Amino acid sequence: MLVLVEQSLNGLQFGLLLFLLAAGLTLVFGIMDFVNLAHGSLYMMGAYFAATFVAWTNSFVLGILLALGATLLLGIALEFIALRHLYGRDHLDQVLATFGLILFFNDAVRLIWGPAGLSLPLPAWLTVPVQIVPGVFYPAYRLSIIVVALAVAALLYIVVMRTKIGMLIRAGASNREMIGALGINIKLLFTLVFGLGAALAGLAGLMQAPILTVQIGMGENILILAFVIIVIGGIGSIRGAFMAAIFVGMIDTLGRAFLPDLLRTVLSSAAASTAAPALSSMLIYLLMAIVLVVRPEGLFPAAKR
Amino acid sequence: MKSHINARNVIVALVALGLTLLPAYSALTGNIFILTLFTRIVIFALAAASLNLIMGYGGMMSFGHAAYLGIGGYAVGILAHEGIGSGFIQWPVALALSALYALVIGALSLRTRGVYFIMITLAFAQMAYYIASGLSRYGGDDGLTIYKRSTFGGLIDLSNRVQFYYLCLFCLFGGVYLIWRIVNSRFGMVVQGVRSNEQRMQAIGFHANRYRLVCFVISGTICGLAGALLANNTDFISPAGMYWTRSGELMVMVVFGGMGSLFGPVLGTIVFLLLEEILSQFTEYWALIMGPLLLLIVLFARGGIMGLLGRLSRG
Repeated sequence: MLVLVEQSLNGLQFGLLLFLLAAGLTLVFGIMDFVNLAHGSLYMMGAYFAATFVAWTNSFVLGILLALGATLLLGIALEFIALRHLYGRDHLDQVLATFGLILFFNDAVRLIWGPAGLSLPLPAWLTVPVQIVPGVFYPAYRLSIIVVALAVAALLYIVVMRTKIGMLIRAGASNREMIGALGINIKLLFTLVFGLGAALAGLAGLMQAPILTVQIGMGENILILAFVIIVIGGIGSIRGAFMAAIFVGMIDTLGRAFLPDLLRTVLSSAAASTAAPALSSMLIYLLMAIVLVVRPEGLFPAAKR
Repeated sequence: MKSHINARNVIVALVALGLTLLPAYSALTGNIFILTLFTRIVIFALAAASLNLIMGYGGMMSFGHAAYLGIGGYAVGILAHEGIGSGFIQWPVALALSALYALVIGALSLRTRGVYFIMITLAFAQMAYYIASGLSRYGGDDGLTIYKRSTFGGLIDLSNRVQFYYLCLFCLFGGVYLIWRIVNSRFGMVVQGVRSNEQRMQAIGFHANRYRLVCFVISGTICGLAGALLANNTDFISPAGMYWTRSGELMVMVVFGGMGSLFGPVLGTIVFLLLEEILSQFTEYWALIMGPLLLLIVLFARGGIMGLLGRLSRG
């Protein structure tokens, strides 16, 4: 029972991280109709910036704030230099161009930080276990990820649903040409949205950094997961991304935690321990395939164009 | 009358001639490295040509083509591991499994269009990747060493570099010829018609998706052959060879050369892999140059090498 609570919290935490990554992706996808494979690179850059700035400033909070700003700036620069020329091109062009950017970022990181991974040590106040219900302790850092991610999700919701910028973003998602025709500076809006997406990806990366090693290629696996999420949730839909992200996070974490034991009842223990991680990774792709076959537009499609 | 002697055709002919004479050059200069490099290039060219059949002519942007390389390779590797070394069994199994996989995922994926198609083919390929990682009996994540290359009853010796190279080249030329015949057949015309206007083709009575699916299966099967060759070439097969970045590289090779041109993917593969090889001799960080180059090609050189040559020949 305790394990179930703990693993569910882990699933929620992973799901929320995935949401941060997927939210930016789905916004960029929904509004600019732009497939950005380099989103995973921004996630990686967020983690590397955080590891570097925390080491420089000797302060965890200051370091991650600087890293967040740096990722935001990097995203805006990237959009300004390269990606804005790709809006309106077909998806294949965008996939290839941003695939090129992944190659570039991976090697750039290897050049600057070296091939070995970095680690981001946590300050002492974040390593203490917190008692959430009597008898159940949960690491403070993972708890703080949940809190921060929920707060960001709420903030995002308010910005998108309750502010003028958010109104423009939603209008852009349902009809790009029309809001341009109505005299909105669409280029600026696009840059802004891209920067926001980059910052969210960076946030996800730097929050994940203390849990995993900061390493080259860390963005690639999780990028595909984020794509799976936005396809399941419906492209352009933040609500869909949220639901799908939690769902995928739960499946992945609970699958990894409980499938080995489950499989051991039918398989030999050695076979089960190799088959289980593969199977739980597959579950997500299976889910996506089912969703695409049954409801090709996703579970929570954004308004029709 | 249209002249057949133009920059594009001359270059294609020269490249084909060069590929054919390469073992002679290698033997004369004693440069074995170039032969092994080009064996790899020829195999990948076959894979890229098969991808071009569905991308360039069929308009199906598959982001999961590396899965076939893996399936073809694992068919050879697993059978060899179980003691069945005959290529007469291994290779048909490799082709049949690739075709079957293509049939199943094609039937499901072709219900979607555009970017969803890109994503669903990617998702299926990732599933195949995880299945391969879960094969604990066959090395799991670490992969499987193939101790003995496929045997063909003494007809051809795959361990002989030159013979193996010519086998690969034969498969490449055969594959390209097959694709040429398909593209110019009635079937190929329908597939291309569906790419440019699906509704119209439906309206005049063609089952668009059936044609698409058959094309998808043919492409996958050819790529499965490339997978069987690749496994024999590296004497090793691992899930890493079917990771999604490999599918991306195949797409890059096709686009480098020029989508929807017969020899484009072959030229694209040669240029991509040679560039990778040359750049990595100058600097360990070759992708720092390759990445932005890719971006520039997409931005400014649509149509790839074949497009450029076409513009040259028109003057």
